[in-house]
Amino acid sequence: MTAELVLQIVLTVAAGLIGVGLFGALSQQSIVMVMMGLELVLNGVLLAGGAAWFSLAPELPDAQMLAVVALVVMAVEMAMGFAVTIAIYRARQVDMVDMATDLNG
Amino acid sequence: MLTDLSGWVIATVAVLGLLSVASGVAVFVVDSMARATFALLGSFLAVAGVLLAFDLVYLAVVTALMMTIEMAIMAVFMVMFMMNPAGLMPMTMVHNPKGSAVVGAGAFVVLTVGIWTIDWPARRGQLPTDSTRQLGEAVMGSHMLVMLIVGIGLFATILAGTVLATARGRYDRFGADLAARRPDDPVPGGLPR
Repeated sequence: MTAELVLQIVLTVAAGLIGVGLFGALSQQSIVMVMMGLELVLNGVLLAGGAAWFSLAPELPDAQMLAVVALVVMAVEMAMGFAVTIAIYRARQVDMVDMATDLNG
Repeated sequence: MLTDLSGWVIATVAVLGLLSVASGVAVFVVDSMARATFALLGSFLAVAGVLLAFDLVYLAVVTALMMTIEMAIMAVFMVMFMMNPAGLMPMTMVHNPKGSAVVGAGAFVVLTVGIWTIDWPARRGQLPTDSTRQLGEAVMGSHMLVMLIVGIGLFATILAGTVLATARGRYDRFGADLAARRPDDPVPGGLPR
């Protein structure tokens, strides 16, 4: 089995995670569940970064840096998501995205 | 490690990959919100295992540790904000599930077609003896700008999170111009300025 085939298989898994996460982020009503969907998308990016580093250019640290950035984005998303959830619940008792449609675009 | 592409390591990676996607699906299938949180943790741990097989020890350990703590915090938030934390009765809280499924499946199909039709370049170079050292040297050298921006972003997150999560700040207590002599507290006796 070649390194390219491993890359393709792992990237397909990452695409699966991104697809599932996208479905969750778009379909869920609870704000916390929407955040879980976004986390799954970032999980796929993290996996894809690791696979790209291993199979394409392990001499360069660029793909590792991409994975680090994905991890940081996860942390920022969680922290800000929880803060926004608390703030909007405190102000308007809103815990579902459908109850805050006036914030739409 | 996958350096020699041995059969059992590839099999382990395949199993962990399937496990990560299955856990990801379980997040949106199970009734209990606590179970959903731990299903997401399972997905992250499976990805950390794949990263470990790719010789990315530091990233794997960081992913496992960070996500374990993060999901523990998330479980608390789930119990706080969800109606059905224990999953004692079946319930769904979704909107437009068919359209969302079409978008999710469409993204998966487009990505998969791209992955299997692209003529991937051959691997350049060999694995470094220590991938953590490679990352550390990049952070402190050629890729320092990325870490500077990440640091500023995390600092801004700390400030913004604190501001958003604070129930009553000094502007609530002393007015928009901070000119009130006494703080406007629901219960008198709060700290003076």
